[in-house]
Amino acid sequence: MKSRSQDQSLSDSRELDRSYDPLTGNPPSKPNKKTIKQRLLKLLPCCRSGSSSSITQSNISDDDELSTVRYRPEGLDRLVQQTNFTKKELQVLYRGFKNECPSGVVNEETFKSIYSQFFPHGDSSMYAHFLFEAFDTQNNGSVNFEDFVISLSIILRGSINDKLNWAFNLYDLNKDGCITREEMTDIMGSIYDMMGKYTYPCMKDNASKEHVDNFFQKMDKNKDGVVTIEEFLDTCQKDESIMQSMHMFDNVI
Amino acid sequence: MAAGVATWLPFARAAAVGWLPLAKKTMPKPPIDNSSKSDEILYVNVSGVRFQTWKNTLDRYPETLLGSSEKEFFYNEDTQEYFFDRDPEMFRHILNFYRTGKLHYPRNECIQAFDEELAFYGIVPEIIGDCCMEEYRDRKKENQERLAEDTEANEGMDAPLPPNSTSRERLWRAFENPHTSTMALVFYYVTGFFIAVSVIANVVETVPCRPHKGSAKELPCGEKYHLAFFCMDTACVLIFTFEYLMRLFAAPSRCKFMRSVMSVIDVVAIMPYYIGLVMPENEDVSGAFVTLRVFRVFRIFKFSRHSQGLRILGYTLKSCASELGFLLFSLTMAIIIFATVMFYAEKGTKGSTFTSIPASFWYTIVTMTTLGYGDMVPNTIAGKIFGSICSLSGVLVIALPVPVIVSNFSRIYHQNQRADKMRAQQKVRMARIRMAKKGTANAFLQYKEDRNIGDPDGDNSALCVKNRSAFEHQHNHLLHCLEKTTNHEFTNEMNYSELCMTESVGYRTSRSTSLSSHQGAQNNSTGCCPRRARRRAAMRLANSTVSVSRGSVQELDTLHLKTTSIPPQTRSSLNAQMCDMKLNCGDQDFTAAIISIPTPPANSPDESLPPSPAPILGILRNTRATAYTQDSVKISSL
Repeated sequence: MKSRSQDQSLSDSRELDRSYDPLTGNPPSKPNKKTIKQRLLKLLPCCRSGSSSSITQSNISDDDELSTVRYRPEGLDRLVQQTNFTKKELQVLYRGFKNECPSGVVNEETFKSIYSQFFPHGDSSMYAHFLFEAFDTQNNGSVNFEDFVISLSIILRGSINDKLNWAFNLYDLNKDGCITREEMTDIMGSIYDMMGKYTYPCMKDNASKEHVDNFFQKMDKNKDGVVTIEEFLDTCQKDESIMQSMHMFDNVI
Repeated sequence: MAAGVATWLPFARAAAVGWLPLAKKTMPKPPIDNSSKSDEILYVNVSGVRFQTWKNTLDRYPETLLGSSEKEFFYNEDTQEYFFDRDPEMFRHILNFYRTGKLHYPRNECIQAFDEELAFYGIVPEIIGDCCMEEYRDRKKENQERLAEDTEANEGMDAPLPPNSTSRERLWRAFENPHTSTMALVFYYVTGFFIAVSVIANVVETVPCRPHKGSAKELPCGEKYHLAFFCMDTACVLIFTFEYLMRLFAAPSRCKFMRSVMSVIDVVAIMPYYIGLVMPENEDVSGAFVTLRVFRVFRIFKFSRHSQGLRILGYTLKSCASELGFLLFSLTMAIIIFATVMFYAEKGTKGSTFTSIPASFWYTIVTMTTLGYGDMVPNTIAGKIFGSICSLSGVLVIALPVPVIVSNFSRIYHQNQRADKMRAQQKVRMARIRMAKKGTANAFLQYKEDRNIGDPDGDNSALCVKNRSAFEHQHNHLLHCLEKTTNHEFTNEMNYSELCMTESVGYRTSRSTSLSSHQGAQNNSTGCCPRRARRRAAMRLANSTVSVSRGSVQELDTLHLKTTSIPPQTRSSLNAQMCDMKLNCGDQDFTAAIISIPTPPANSPDESLPPSPAPILGILRNTRATAYTQDSVKISSL
């Protein structure tokens, strides 16, 4: 007749030493700190109802901020104009999007969790972060359906130049129009992180640095240490393999 | 991967464009996706309730029925929808799983029905969401326990012994289950009576009786009627010893038996007597001997074999051992605390009864259990305050574990009630099962007769059809095919043993190998010598079988045919069989006479007499001459 889950938690005396909350199994939660006055008031029956409501209200408003946000995209027709998707495609996209994110926006945590499921071998959080920044064109910390679909339109239905522009935008972390060596190192590092530890051949520590050097050697024509958009476009257009592979993902949706 | 992630995959692939300018090597070709890009709405009709969903929704889980091509088997071209003949209420939950990725367990549904639906749709129950998982697991465990109880009750103690059990096994069985034989029952009551007598004697012998004439001192009855009590004690102990030795002999595992609780109680109950016999009349040891006699009171525990309530109580206490332990521990803690406090509070007062802390234990216990004898009372104010706190807390501490013990007892008690009810209904259920079996057997026989009547005179075949479903026709045909295949006839289980023993004299007999179905009905046809005593068992609806001995030579021997019917596997089919039996024509008791060629069918009396046992003349019920083909046996009485 022992309680099942509480067994382990009460078998040691952690709750006595205040490092452990026996009811929830977590470290004691901070927001419920009450002043001594509030605790004494709680004991008295007359003041109970009055004090409790004032305490809880502030908690609710903090926690539910994200869940009360509801976002509705603009009309379907406008989106059809803005993007290169057909109406049907937009419908399918929106249904999937809304199913996964009923609130209408995607936040960075969701991005990271999705990518961690797709790339379980390594650590994809940095890359997801960079990608999120690339999608979040309005820089407000969340990606709504318009951002999502406009970016997808560029990637999937745009011209080769649009796609290259988008890729450049992804690499350019501070969006200042040029890719510095540090930015490139960060991006490259995040991509290599996704590979994880167990690779063949073994991942050397300077693999990503080598790759960055390679990239700069190829792209940086005037050797000034940064790659501008023109250099980037120029080099890529001259590279046959890159041009051919640009159409690879056109049919994913 | 979860469905949700699958939705994001196209997007992740699209975002891979970002890797293209950085790639060291050329990218691999993408997989060719032949599926139609446009999404379509599928119509799923579940027992008339139409559900509509996107094809993509169902495709999220390709290992299930609805997500794979398996659903094409259920596609109805005419109505352009997928039709499932299942429960629409359950389907709602299944479809929600596809939509949301979480499977919920509806609390008002039977757990078995839900499991079956999941199994049908190819969904693994382990993916039930956390919100419903605990409830699901609890219900499932409860159901399994209940099923285990059912099977235990089914194969319970009332099953008849295998025929070749030793006397030891039978003896053990008699001890464990007194209802099996009258002897066991008698012994059971006798021992119960003697336990009661022994306990009463123990009690009464301490009551003061009137003293002997001429003596002033009052004596306890035990000393006044010393001899009478001694004789009674001896008789009881003899019975108990005999019982114990018998049990020890009959026990399948003697070591295990000797370690069991009841055996220990038995030994403890009778040991004092023997020790008393052996011990000399010595002053020193007789004190110890008197103490030993206390153990005679343990005889009352022998009643637990006789009383189910006692057993339940004992089992409850055993299963609540942890709660009782907790109660004891917390009480001890409280007693020590309060005793210490009271002792120090009352220390100064003159004439205080709180002489030491152990002495205060008594006060604390009496106060906490709210007894309040009043032999120790605090006098100081501090003592009184702490004493009142002590009594208040005592009520609380004792009241806490008690509901747990009570609920445990209630659960075990109800379990027991359920088991008893199952056992009581057992007989009725077995009777129904037997009736159902006989019903199908009769059906086959009836079918055979009808068919064979139909053969010679084909005009009357319409009369013979009676009220049989297509299913029955096909089933009977199948059994007939089996008979033909093996060249044997189905026969009655009850006649099998007799027919084994009797031999035919001068008659052809078919091969006597027996076909046994998993019901155990045997299949045999042997000739019966007309001169031997013939017995016939009639098939009746009731459990009892009537054997009729035929003395008359004039009559045909008959063989009773019983088919090996398909046993009702489920309760629903039990119901089905009951209905079918009503449809079978007329008298359930009939036999068929088997006649072989080349002689023409002998005369057979075909009156349908009601079954009644006749001492000399056997009664043929509803017999008809059936003409069989070459391989059947002719038995004629002349």
